[in-house]
Formats: sequence, C-alpha cells, structure tokens
Amino acid sequence: MMLTYIIHRLIAIIPVLLGLSLIVFLVMAMIPGDPATAILGNFATPENVARLNQQLGLDKSLAEQYVIWLNNVIQGDWGRSFTLNRPVLDEVLERFQATLILAGAAWLLCSVFGLLAGIIAAIRQFSWVDKIITFVVLVGISMPAFWLGLLLIMLFAVQWQWFPASGMYAIYGGGDIGDLLKHLLLPALTLSIVAMGVVARLTRSAMLEVLRLDYIRTARAKGLTERRVIFLHAFKSSLVNVIPVMAIQAGFVLGGAVYIETVFQWPGIGRMLVNAIATRDILLVQGGVLMVACTYVLFNLGADVAQHALDPRLSSRNRI
Amino acid sequence: MYSNAVWRKGLRKPNQPAVRPSGWQLFNHNRLARLGMWIFVCCTVLACLAPILPIPDPNATALVHRLAKPWLIQWFFGDMVQNPPVFEGWLGTDHLGRDLLSRVLWGTQISLLVGGSATLVAALIGSLLGLVAGFWGGRIDNLLMRGIDMLMAFPYILLALAIVAVLGAGLMNALFAIAIVNIPFFARNVRGVTLGVVRQPFVEAAQLVGKNRWQTLCTDVLPNVMPTIVITMATTLGWMILETAGLSFLGLGAQPPQADLGSMLGEGRKLLFTAPHVSIIPGLIIFILVMSINLIGDGIRDVLDPRLKSGVMGRPAAATNIRCNREADEFARPEVQGLIVNQLQTEFQLGHATYQAVNNVSLTLEAGECLGLVGESGSGKSVLALSIARLVPSPPGCIVHGQVWQDTQDLLSIPLAQLQHIRGNKVAYVFQDPATALHPMLTVGSQLVEAIRAHRPISYRQAWQQAVNWLERVQIPNPGQRVHSYPYQLSGGMRQRVVIAMALINQPKVLIADEPTTALDVTVQAQILKLLKQLQQDTKAALLFITHDFGVVTTLCERIAVMYAGQIVEMGYTTDVLNHPAHPYTHQLIKCIPKLGGEGALATIDGLPPAMNALPPGCHFAPRCPWAETRCKESTMTLKAISNSHWVRCCKPL
Repeated sequence: MMLTYIIHRLIAIIPVLLGLSLIVFLVMAMIPGDPATAILGNFATPENVARLNQQLGLDKSLAEQYVIWLNNVIQGDWGRSFTLNRPVLDEVLERFQATLILAGAAWLLCSVFGLLAGIIAAIRQFSWVDKIITFVVLVGISMPAFWLGLLLIMLFAVQWQWFPASGMYAIYGGGDIGDLLKHLLLPALTLSIVAMGVVARLTRSAMLEVLRLDYIRTARAKGLTERRVIFLHAFKSSLVNVIPVMAIQAGFVLGGAVYIETVFQWPGIGRMLVNAIATRDILLVQGGVLMVACTYVLFNLGADVAQHALDPRLSSRNRI
Repeated sequence: MYSNAVWRKGLRKPNQPAVRPSGWQLFNHNRLARLGMWIFVCCTVLACLAPILPIPDPNATALVHRLAKPWLIQWFFGDMVQNPPVFEGWLGTDHLGRDLLSRVLWGTQISLLVGGSATLVAALIGSLLGLVAGFWGGRIDNLLMRGIDMLMAFPYILLALAIVAVLGAGLMNALFAIAIVNIPFFARNVRGVTLGVVRQPFVEAAQLVGKNRWQTLCTDVLPNVMPTIVITMATTLGWMILETAGLSFLGLGAQPPQADLGSMLGEGRKLLFTAPHVSIIPGLIIFILVMSINLIGDGIRDVLDPRLKSGVMGRPAAATNIRCNREADEFARPEVQGLIVNQLQTEFQLGHATYQAVNNVSLTLEAGECLGLVGESGSGKSVLALSIARLVPSPPGCIVHGQVWQDTQDLLSIPLAQLQHIRGNKVAYVFQDPATALHPMLTVGSQLVEAIRAHRPISYRQAWQQAVNWLERVQIPNPGQRVHSYPYQLSGGMRQRVVIAMALINQPKVLIADEPTTALDVTVQAQILKLLKQLQQDTKAALLFITHDFGVVTTLCERIAVMYAGQIVEMGYTTDVLNHPAHPYTHQLIKCIPKLGGEGALATIDGLPPAMNALPPGCHFAPRCPWAETRCKESTMTLKAISNSHWVRCCKPL
C-alpha cells in the first residue's frame, strides 16, 4: 500500500517538475535584451545577429522554444556557460555536490537539535531550560545568518584558530574526511541556526499540544514509563506536524546556502549562482536554479511519504 | 484536550463580572512585546530623524580618517600613550572614512522602507489572491492555487535570486523579488482562513439580504480575515528585512553609493580582519531591529489569535502533584482487600482562584464489588476517578489531602516508578470517549502489547498472542485481523471494546470506568455494559462505575454513591438509595428520571450547581433545596449513617 502511494506521488510530481521548468524557462526568457547581441557584442552586424538567433533557435515561437529547450534539458544538454566555457550540466553537478554536503549537514543539524530542543523545552515547560531555549531560538531566527557566519569566523577561525575560515578542503595535504568535517562545521552550523530555531519552536508547541490529548492520559493510565509516553506516543504524533516544516527548512538551507557559501567561500552552487548573476551568465543561472528546485521537489516528496508512513489516517483519506 | 475537558466541564466560571481587556491592554501586558515595541519605535524614530540630526553626510568621504574605531572601543582599549583616542564619530568610520553612525542611520531608514514596502506589496497581492481563491472557489481557486503551489516548489531565496537575475541588481528589483516570493505565503494563509469564514452562516445571510459578492467580500469576509493578514504581516516583516539585507549583502540589492544595512555588511566583510567594526555594527543593527519586530509579531499574534499562542496552559505532568503533609498515623493500614479512598481532596488552581473539585471524599470498594458513582456533570466524579491513580492533569490540578489505598499501598505516597507499576496493572481505567482514548497512529495490537509488556516480562510474540485472545474475549469478530487495525478503522463500539480489553489485559484488582458508554449509541451501550459486567465477574475485579444514568447503575452496581459539588451526599445499597432516598438531592435526581408514558413536564432541579471556587457554607445543596432551613446554611454537614449500610450528608434526611 505504501508502495502504491509512492508510485502515485512519483507520477504526481511530473506536472510539478514540468511547471517548474516552465517557470524557469519563462523567467529566463523574460530577460530584457538580445542574447545574440550579448554574445556577439554591441558592434555585431545585424546579419550576424540574425544568423546567431537562428542558430540558437530564438526566431521560433516561445512554445516551440520551450519544447526544444525541455527536450535538450532532459537529454542532458543544459547549454554551455560562456564565462566558464564548459557545459552547464558538468559545472552544476560538480558544484551541487558541495552544496548538498553543506545543506545536508545543516539540515541534519537543524533536525536533530531542533527536535531535541523542542522536546526538552516542552517537557520542561516554564523551567529555566525552557526559557533559555526559547530565548536562543528567538535570537537565532532574528539574526542575519551571514552576519553570524562572519562572527563565527572572527571567533573560531581568526581569534582561536580552531577551524579554517573558508573553503571546503585545505589547499595542501587536505582532502580526507576529517579535513572536510573541519571545514564543514562552521558553515553548516551557521546555515542551520535559523532552521533549527523554526523547528524547535514548532516541535515545542506541537508537543505541548499533543501532551494534553486523551490518548496520552491513556498511555499513562496503562502504566507506561514517562520516557515511553513522551518519546513514543507524544513525539510520534508531533512529528507528523513537524515533518512538513522540516521539509520547508530543507528548502531554506538549500537557498540559504547562497549566503553561507559566499561568506565561507564554499565552492557550491549558491556562490556559482551569485557569480553567474553578476556576469549575467544566464544559462548557468538557469541550470543552477533548475537543479536546486528539482532537488527540493524530491525532498518534499520524501517528506510526504514519511508523513504518510507515520500517520495511517492520511493514506486512508487520500484513497477516498 | 483532556485537561480542558476535565476541568472546564465541571468548573463553572467564578462569579465575578468578566471584563474583557482590550487588545492593546493585552499586548501591553506582554513584557517582551512591549520591549520590542520600544526598541522598534526608537530605531524607527532615529532612522526617520537622520536628515535633521547633527550627523555628517553619510556619503562624505575622508580618506585620512578611514577605518577609525568606534569612540568607546578606542577609549576602553586604546593605550593612552602611543595611540591616544581620537574622536572620529561615535561608531568610527569605514574604508572611505565615511561616518558609520550616519551611514547606519540612513541605512536603517532604507532597510525599513524596503522591508516594509515589500511586506505591504506581498500582503496586498497575496491577500487579494487568497481572498479571491477562497471566496470564489471552484476553478478560479484551483487555478490560482496550482500556480501558488508551483511557486512554492522553489526554495524561496532561490526564486528571489532568479528574479533579481532577470530584473538586474538594484534596490527596487530586490524589493520586488522579495515581495513576489512572499506572495504565496500570504495567499495560502488568507485562503485557508477565507475558506473557513465563507462556510459561516453569516456570509450566506449577507448574500440572502441581497449584497453582491464584492460587497459581501468587503463587509463580511474581509473583517474576519483581517487578523490573519495582520498576524502574517507582523510575523513576516522581520523576514523581509533579513531577506532584503541578504540580497544587498550579495551585492544584488542596494548599489553604491546608496547603502542599506545589508550592503554595508557586504562591503565591510572584505575588512573583516582589519576593521571588524565596519561589518559588525550594521549586522548588530539588523539583528536588533529584526528581533524587536519578531517580539512585536509574537505579541500581536498572541492578542489576535490566542489559539496559536504556544503553551498557554501547562502541560500535564506524569502524575498529579500532591501538596499535603502526609501523616502516616492519621489512617491505619486497612484490613480490607480492594480500594479505599480516604478524605480525598483535589483542587484546581487557576490564576488566583481555587476550585475544590473533590472535597473530602471517602469510599470503600471491596474486591469483586461494583460501586456506582452518580452525579451531575461537574460534580467531581471524573476528577475523583482520575485522582485515584494520580491522573488529574497537573498543573492546574493538585491533590491536597487524603490517601488512596490499594490493598496495602497508599497510591498518593509512593514514588512515580511504583505508581507506574500499579497503573494498568492493579488499577486500570476505561475512559469515556473511545474515539480519543487510543493512539491514532499505533495499531490496536501494538497498544495492547505495550500494555502487557509494561508490566510482565514476556516476549513480543507471546504478548501479541495474548492481545489477540483478549480481542476475542471482548467479542471483536475476526480478532486475528483486527489486531492489525488502526483505531480509525474501527467503529466506536469496537474501539471501546479495545479500550476495555486494554484495561483488563493485566487482570487488574480495581477497574475504574468513567462513563464508558456515554459516547456510544444506545444499542451498543447495552452490549458494552453486559460485556463489562461479565468480564468484571470473571476477573473478580472491583469496579468503580461512574455515570449520570440511574438506569445503568441499577443493572450493574450493588452499591451506589451520589456526588454533589465534590462531596458524596449519599451512599448505600442501590435498592435502598433508589427506593428510599434520604438526601433531598438524590430524591430530586431520581424524580428527574424520565418515565416512559409518564405525564406532565420533565422534572428538573431548580438553580445551578454552585461554582466550585465559591461553595456556599453549610450544606452545598441548601440554596437549591426545597426543605432547607437556616441551620442547613450554617453548620457544616458530615456524612452520617442512617442505617448500618446507608450514609447521608444531611441534617434532616427525608
């Protein structure tokens, strides 16, 4: 039954991906100015511009252009970046690995510590632990993440020199997993702070909500230990409400990576995007946005599946 | 919402005029929100006054004085001899020697303007889309929402970047990008609320009166959706400012020489190691600004939508708090096997009011016996039942006096671990509403197995087999299959059977059934009662059966206790009490039982039960009692025996 649900969902994301690609295509097609002129420069002859337009397929209607473009994208031809002079897909895939490591680590941090902080704050409601967590969460979600990154660099990289300030691997003699982790910690932490706050806040209120329900009283009346009541009965129910927010946070860390990669010089897709926008390398922007958006869609799918696996009532409602 | 249900049901509002404080008073009462308000007002006023304050031009460069440190830092950390402090502006200067204080003030102005405008634009367009989608519904709704979903499929920072990539870098473009990516958020929230409002009868009424759709939308729907719009604005303004700052930080927002806080931070980043103050100060201002806005936002949310306020009420602890000086000698260990409740008092403390839900109740329940506990809603029956295994939600509940003996143990004085060993093992509960008593995400089988394995060290497989056996015993057809079901897949009657199986699965000595049939329809009620009685006789458990239905009591219970305002007012053998009620309350209550084919209006008891935080002195029933005399209202009543098995709390029993 779970399998049929997953298959249904996989089929259902096809229109989402199509719509997504359409938006990306349209946004890029809206860019003012003539790509041919941009490539050939301001002094190109009209004939040359027309010829290049034909070569690029820009003389066709927008719908035709979209079909051709989509076909190319599916076949792995994402165009060629004129600033880097290499295929967009190669560059995007290479950069995306780095982003995935960073965003993945940040997402893990925000999930684990956000959930933990939320649970602790809920079961120790009104205690000083709860107050401290609530305060830290407020500070965390009010802070510009890139500024926090700068502060962390100043403290841990410059002042105490515990961690490197930038990059993904040490230039000399690095490259192993320990080196990666050392470089990863500060940026991942910075990226996760806001998301962590959001998750913690929501987990706390979801737990408090659930702990008042009748079935928690039943669990206690059965003589279960408090640990089991909280971590199995209450947490399981709260998690169903927290999962969608955790999925949103995945989108947040994927997007927020743009700032953090810039601050920590992380060779990911975010920094690539910022550079590509500055140099107006539109194909590269297109490729990067498409890649991240598709990942996010898949991630949301995963969250939906997890939610349904947890709460059997949802699937029964969907079957109608 | 069980803590709500338990105390709200029984405890009436205190007898004092309720003055609803205004929104502003509520907001002002919230200290954090007030603090945020002050900070925000100060920042805004200073930023607005930037043009007339005596500060240098923010763009006037003076390379000679570049990278001067803030005055206070120089003053504290500078050594007086080699580097005497030089006043170069309160916050120092940046790499072009521009005065930082002046730049920060002007930058704050720009950040606030851009963030605020983006919020307004997003709120306006988003709310309009949401209203239209929710109000018109149908195809328009479908179309709009699919588009919104599509936009939400992007991580929103990425979408903002893509938009800026198209429009080109610049402050206005950043504003539009931020506004556009936040539109879906507003649209979704507003649509959700609109859908709820549209289904309300008053909207239909407005249309019947003859208002057209736009009029209805503006006069009836919009005012009810407004709080949501305001909350969403207040809670997103901070985000918008952060996001604008982010774009500027990346160099995609404000372009030099114009500078908002974000772009100042971006410029300062290059000097992080030599002059950290250039980037730290603008970041600090953003942080303070956003934090104050978030505090205000939370405050506004709490005022406008108290349901969203997290943790208004305390969460119930593992066991009810006990606050009394335990005097061990006060009551000798009983010789009786079974359950003895002695002088139990349970209170709820809400604000400054104390509600006495259970007031000095004593009762005895011998093994194999069935005692019926009868009373109106709110008489304290449920609280008494929950007090026995310390399951009264706490806070606000608190047991202040008494003992509860189960065989030789006082449940109120043993530690939690021991109590957990008794709960479900020696003392088990069947609750009123089977729809909410079972965990919705666990199978029936795993919940039964859990109950067994909490008390007996047997394997999962064995426990599972027992669970199936018990489902069969409570007459659930096809138990081998049903054991894999989730509660939502079962009917109400089936669920209650599961709850009963779960209570009896460890063969408890005491079974407490709190109105187990009230939530079920009549035909199922009879089956459940029969089953309960039969199983109780099989397992020789003592049964405390709580109900407001005299009919049920007569068929089930040998003895009966009548509760009123937290006290037992009459107790005795069922036949005695029903045929010769001695307390006026019991007498009236029995008269209220509708008789088939009876004539005349249904009898009622005049007046209302007293508020539990303002119990009348003397007999609590005196104000409603037709036989009351002055002495009833003065002297405290005690439970007196009128025969060796019949007690009554009345000074002139009938």
